[in-house]
Parts: sequence; C-alpha cells; structure tokens
Amino acid sequence: MKAAVLVFPGSNCDRDCKLAVEVTTGAQVSMVWHQDTSLPAGLDLIVVPGGFSYGDYLRCGAMASLSPVMAEVVKAAQRGVSVVGICNGFQILCEAGLLPGALMRNAGLKYVCKPIELTIENRNTRFTSAYGDKASVWMTQGNGDGNFFADAETLKAIEDNHQVVFRYVENPNGSVNNIAGIMNAEGNVLGMMPHPDRAFEPALGSADGAPLFHSLMRVLQAA
Amino acid sequence: MKATVHIFLKAGVLDVQGKAVEGALNGLAGTAGWSDVANVRVGKVLEFDLNSTDKAAAEAEVKSMCEKLLANTVIESYRIEVA
Repeated sequence: MKAAVLVFPGSNCDRDCKLAVEVTTGAQVSMVWHQDTSLPAGLDLIVVPGGFSYGDYLRCGAMASLSPVMAEVVKAAQRGVSVVGICNGFQILCEAGLLPGALMRNAGLKYVCKPIELTIENRNTRFTSAYGDKASVWMTQGNGDGNFFADAETLKAIEDNHQVVFRYVENPNGSVNNIAGIMNAEGNVLGMMPHPDRAFEPALGSADGAPLFHSLMRVLQAA
Repeated sequence: MKATVHIFLKAGVLDVQGKAVEGALNGLAGTAGWSDVANVRVGKVLEFDLNSTDKAAAEAEVKSMCEKLLANTVIESYRIEVA
C-alpha cells in the first residue's frame, strides 16, 4: 500500500498518522506539504490529519481546505483513491466539499478530550470490513469543534445512503444523530472526529483504530 | 473602497456561544439592573480595503469571497457592506 499524510501549518497528528498507517499496514507513507501542487504517484490512501491547521482561524479547516494540495486531493478522491480525514482532517474534508455537513463548536462549549465509545454503523465499507461483529470500539476524542451538523434534507440523504460509519454511544458534543464519522456517497472518503491514529496498539489504551487501517489493506489485497 | 462583512450562524442553527452569553447576561440582569435579553447571536465582522472603485463590482467580488472562503454557507449566512 502507498499512502500519503498531508501536513498543514498547525497539523499536530501528522506523524501519529504516519506511524499508525506504517505499523498497522506496513505501507510506505509519504508526508506531503500543503503547498505542494502534486501528490506522489500511485497512492492508495491519503490521510488528512488532526491538529489546528491555520490556528483554526476563521473556521476550523477553512483555509486548509483551499491549500494547493487540496485541489489534488479532490481530484484523487474523484478517481476513487481512499481518503481519511481525522478530527481537523474531517473539518477540512467538509470545508473542501468532499463530505457533506459541517463541524460546529461543541454544544457544551468545552474542548472534549477523553476516550470515547463508538458503534460501527456500517460494516460494509472499505474502512470497517475488518471490524467483524465487534459491537463497539474505543478511540480517543480531542476537539473543540466536533459538533456535526447537516440540514434535515442532507441528514436524511446521509442516513438513507448508510453514509454514517461511526456513532457516539454517549454524545459528547451535540452532533446530530450522534454522528462521529461519515463517508461520502461513493464510499471512498471518510471523515471522523475520534482518532484511530491514537488507538492503534494496546499500549495506547486501545487498539480499536487498527482494524480501520487493516480494512483498507483488505480492499487492496482483494483487488 | 472599504468592505465590511458580517457573518452569523443561520437562523435555525443553534448558536451555543450566543446561548451562553445570553445566560450570562440574564444571570447578571438582576444585580446590574438590566432587563432580560433573548436570541443572542455571536457572529464575526471582517473589514478590509478593496482596490475597486466600482461599488457593484466590489460587492460582487466580496460576495464571491464569502461563498468561497469567508462563510460556510452550510451553517452561516453573511451580509456585505461596501462603501
């Protein structure tokens, strides 16, 4: 597998993501600077990492979504390359229009930083096939703007198309329908607020993030 | 010309900051001698200078800026003043 992790000014989970992908899949991972105008050839996976790109100024992810490299990410996503946005990465993918909806300030106005339990809502995706029948998983959450919002019409479409991938067991931030992670209608772009990159081996407190990356490997091995 | 852009969460989108400020204002109302307030919204204002000297062209330019970057129209509405 060939993967790339994007790096924006203010990203702080870029190296965690690189390590998580390397350890769980053995992939070759390139770091791609946000000003780059091309991506490495033959990528199977692009990870948009967590952090505080551009200091979260204006809106979380807004300025990063217009970085030169994002134009290439949009094109790659349209070609069917897998894209995973975690935390700030989820916000960036929504701002870039690759995912529906938006992430708003947490309803409790607090930065929520804790382990969090999630249900897997759709096991038939390229991101979740390796979870088997595991009822729920634990990852950690760390954000101030994780409150997923979509208008009623968009929300209905997301639900009807089974685009909700993860839901919170206990809603920490006011997200509509307890949504923690969604994918696009085509099923190749995933955005999620919890961090699989901070839960990929038992020493981190949970290894429940690892099957997400294993799932992506499976797709490639099957292809 | 000078542009002023006001950005607020859309009506119907819960403004949690507005609610918190409203709670604080009304919590202080008794001792401060204020009357209660309702529907507090917290937004942002951006000001910048434009090279354009044509008002209509400037407005169109600022509208494009709002749509592309300054506002997220999934959750926010904006109002433009150009003078």
